[in-house]
Amino acid sequence: MERMQQVVGRARAAFRSGRSRPLEFRMQQLKALERMVQEKEKEILAALKADLNKVCGPNAYSHEILGVLGELALTMEKLPSWAAPQAVKKNLLTMRDEAYIGYEPLGVVLVIGAWNYPFVLVMQPLIGAIAAGNAVVVKPSEVSENTARLVAELLPQYLDKELYPVVTGGVPETTELLTQRFDHILYTGNTAVGKIVMAAAAKHLTPVTLELGGKSPCYIDKDCDLAVACRRITWGKYMNCGQTCIAPDYILCDPSIQSKVVENIKATLKEFYGEDVKSSPDYERIVNQRHFKRVKSLLEGQKIAYGGETDEASCFIAPTILTDVSPESKVMEEEIFGPVLPIVTVRSVDEAIEFINGREKPLALYVFSNNKQLIKRVISETSSGGVTGNDVIMHFFLSTLPFGGVGHSGMGAYHGKHSFETFSHRRACLIKDLKMESTNKMRYPPGSQKKVDWAKFFLLKRFNKARIGLFVLALLGVVAAVMIKVSFGSLLQCMSDLPDLFFATAALL
Amino acid sequence: KTRPMEYRVAQLEALGRFLDDKKQEILEATELDMGKPSFEAFFSEILLCKNELNVTLNNLCQWMKDEHVDKNLVMQLDSAFIRKDPYGVVLIIAPWNYPIHLFLVPLIGAIAAGNCAIIKPSEISKNTERLIAETLSCYLDSDCFAVVTGGVPETTRLLENKFDYIFFTGSPPVGRIIMTAAAKHLTPVTLELGGKNPCYVSDTCDVTNVARRVAWGRFFNAGQTCIAPDYLLCTIEMQEKLMPALREAITEFFGPNPRESPDFGRIVSDKQFQRLRALLGSGRVAIGGQTDEAERYIAPTVLADVLPSDPAMQEEVFGPILPIVVIANMDEAIDFINARPRPLAVYAFSCDSKIVNQVLERTSSGGFCGNDTLMHASLTSLPFGGIGNSGLGKYHGKFTFDTFSHHRGCLHRNMGLEALNAPRYPPYTQQKLGLLTSAFEVKRRGTCTLL
Repeated sequence: MERMQQVVGRARAAFRSGRSRPLEFRMQQLKALERMVQEKEKEILAALKADLNKVCGPNAYSHEILGVLGELALTMEKLPSWAAPQAVKKNLLTMRDEAYIGYEPLGVVLVIGAWNYPFVLVMQPLIGAIAAGNAVVVKPSEVSENTARLVAELLPQYLDKELYPVVTGGVPETTELLTQRFDHILYTGNTAVGKIVMAAAAKHLTPVTLELGGKSPCYIDKDCDLAVACRRITWGKYMNCGQTCIAPDYILCDPSIQSKVVENIKATLKEFYGEDVKSSPDYERIVNQRHFKRVKSLLEGQKIAYGGETDEASCFIAPTILTDVSPESKVMEEEIFGPVLPIVTVRSVDEAIEFINGREKPLALYVFSNNKQLIKRVISETSSGGVTGNDVIMHFFLSTLPFGGVGHSGMGAYHGKHSFETFSHRRACLIKDLKMESTNKMRYPPGSQKKVDWAKFFLLKRFNKARIGLFVLALLGVVAAVMIKVSFGSLLQCMSDLPDLFFATAALL
Repeated sequence: KTRPMEYRVAQLEALGRFLDDKKQEILEATELDMGKPSFEAFFSEILLCKNELNVTLNNLCQWMKDEHVDKNLVMQLDSAFIRKDPYGVVLIIAPWNYPIHLFLVPLIGAIAAGNCAIIKPSEISKNTERLIAETLSCYLDSDCFAVVTGGVPETTRLLENKFDYIFFTGSPPVGRIIMTAAAKHLTPVTLELGGKNPCYVSDTCDVTNVARRVAWGRFFNAGQTCIAPDYLLCTIEMQEKLMPALREAITEFFGPNPRESPDFGRIVSDKQFQRLRALLGSGRVAIGGQTDEAERYIAPTVLADVLPSDPAMQEEVFGPILPIVVIANMDEAIDFINARPRPLAVYAFSCDSKIVNQVLERTSSGGFCGNDTLMHASLTSLPFGGIGNSGLGKYHGKFTFDTFSHHRGCLHRNMGLEALNAPRYPPYTQQKLGLLTSAFEVKRRGTCTLL
């Protein structure tokens, strides 16, 4: 158990040495990561197959490796502009000063991964954390043990060993790790453990990003191209055997289209996986026995419109559709995280919105309709981590969109620049001159009405000031400043500061 | 109800009226609570708040708009934007030192972002608490905004409820309690805490100006400011030079007997007074040191030759006492600062901008101000917040609005052009993968991805 303290301690000492801060170092580490992904592609895909039966080839590659490579390329390209200090708008009083926001690393970051996309969910946060200049302790999920082992082997071969250690283990090891002090923790997983992580972080006042889950609703309007909608939904629901945090969890639709929806999904399933799903090389398996049993139990007492076959030995559950599901049933209680798709009927979009709002805020929300206004309405009248209209999952792939939850589905966000900002401290910096003391005099005691008036003049932002007003303001500013000097300072000092004042006015204009 | 912009603007304007109508009452209440001089009260409780109100009212329309984002090749025909959603019901817990400012400025952002809010002012600033509880409801919609009063037991019970966001300003130990309570409901938090803000004065500087600016920052509100310069770091020669300059600045500000000056505040409570009095044994009293328990008065005090082990260096001072710790050079000062928890602010004074920059680059803190104190907090375009022990999250200006809104990633796709989606569907083939790779991948600069 002292091991955790040592590992984190070493990372902190390495961070303190300052070597993770220079941009060149960060780029070098990111490039090494890129090489790792490219060179060890086969090993990564093999581990993913062993853990989740993700096919060695196009499937796993597109879901995990492509995303990582894209994020790496984007980060390496943009890092110099992201890390540059950001100048901010100044007021009259600070006109001649330097005011900007500096991006600084937080220190030692902890990344806890999940088992469903074990590679990308550890790599994407790692990329952002390295880019922001931090040391990173990586804790992959023990449930996806092959990927965890691989990550633990590979990272030290390519990256700085002390700055980016990998810690493996289960609940006791993670609990021990969480007693250590970190400067940010990014956790991907379920709500219950999310609370534990945040409570542990609270002891050290550590900020957290929690990527949790929930039941992502999918509303299908009567007015929509059902064939297209169902194809997209089928893709998103059954990929990775339903074990995706942003998979459409359940469908809400009018009873009149329920059977058509089922037909369309059935047809698409045959198109994707052939007549015998079990023998399709593209269909995955449930990760382990425990989850297999959990998902299987959700089928009890339900009307199975399609699928329902299971095979415990291989953790196989066929793509399943449930119809006329009651909102109170077990399958509608917790996140399914499996290839079971319940359909709950609602009579109108109002009922759908009410249904969604009566539950915890989900990680994703999906709406299918030809009516743009309806989609806009659903977005405006609900809350969720993210939204995709007329498709599923895709908002995850646009790195300019922040990816994260709200309420029970999480807090904070990442991807692309949002990762960089999550793992950086934005430090406010104001650098003043030691001269120009006379303008400060109005703020010093003793107080007086005259000083109050000057304070109002210089600091109070006018409501809706026009451009012309600004000019007059500036001119008055010069006059006022000169008058302050004459009344408070000596004439000599006044003369020396005058050129500065004109500079200030010129800058304002 | 809180969503339409008109509603939010109406509530914000009502807050503005509150500040205007109740200005006198605010000045009186804060004077009763901690002897806050009326100029300081006007500056920090009224003027700075009005600034924030006006910045918000001027820009709300812009801030509320969906932020459209750059799209990749595959999504060129789609609509991709970030929607700013309110969180819901937010809890704002304010401390006693700037009792109006520290609930009002967060409240401005919370309202602007479309939330409902519960406000919990500090029970220690009793008069201001009463004022807020009695009058705020006359200005704000009582359906959506409420004030809750009480002490520790009431606050503990309040925290058992589920909120959608908690904004807390106060001390680090209580910050931990708040975050732990928030964890039970997975409530995101912003914690504005404190720490010991170091103030490094180099040997090359204009001693008179430094003394004035440091004295102003230290003795404002009788030292009860989270970003006040907590202690000074300088060489023994500089300590010698600074002492007369500090003495002169104090006399200039408060006259020969600060107790009689209307511009010098008092300590807020007996408990704080006792705590501060105990710190006077650190180092040696070079300036001030007089106290009066009945008035809760502590004179503007400077302690020289303070040791790192002295009581004044063990906790945030939060009073009109300025300890000076002697160091040999800038490197030692920086090491001293880095050996301690990260503060809310770091200050550095020098005529040599290279020295100021060195201190900035080699330390870490919530914010930084070179050659002055406190002022970085008055610029609404700068984020105000801590790091590590001094807090998490930030606000002021647009940052308050962003703090209280959920940034929701939205992608509104086209129903047509289904053929373009074909490469992503099973059965998976190498050919499909090739298409996906070229469409999705972000290429390094220098190659063209236009198909």
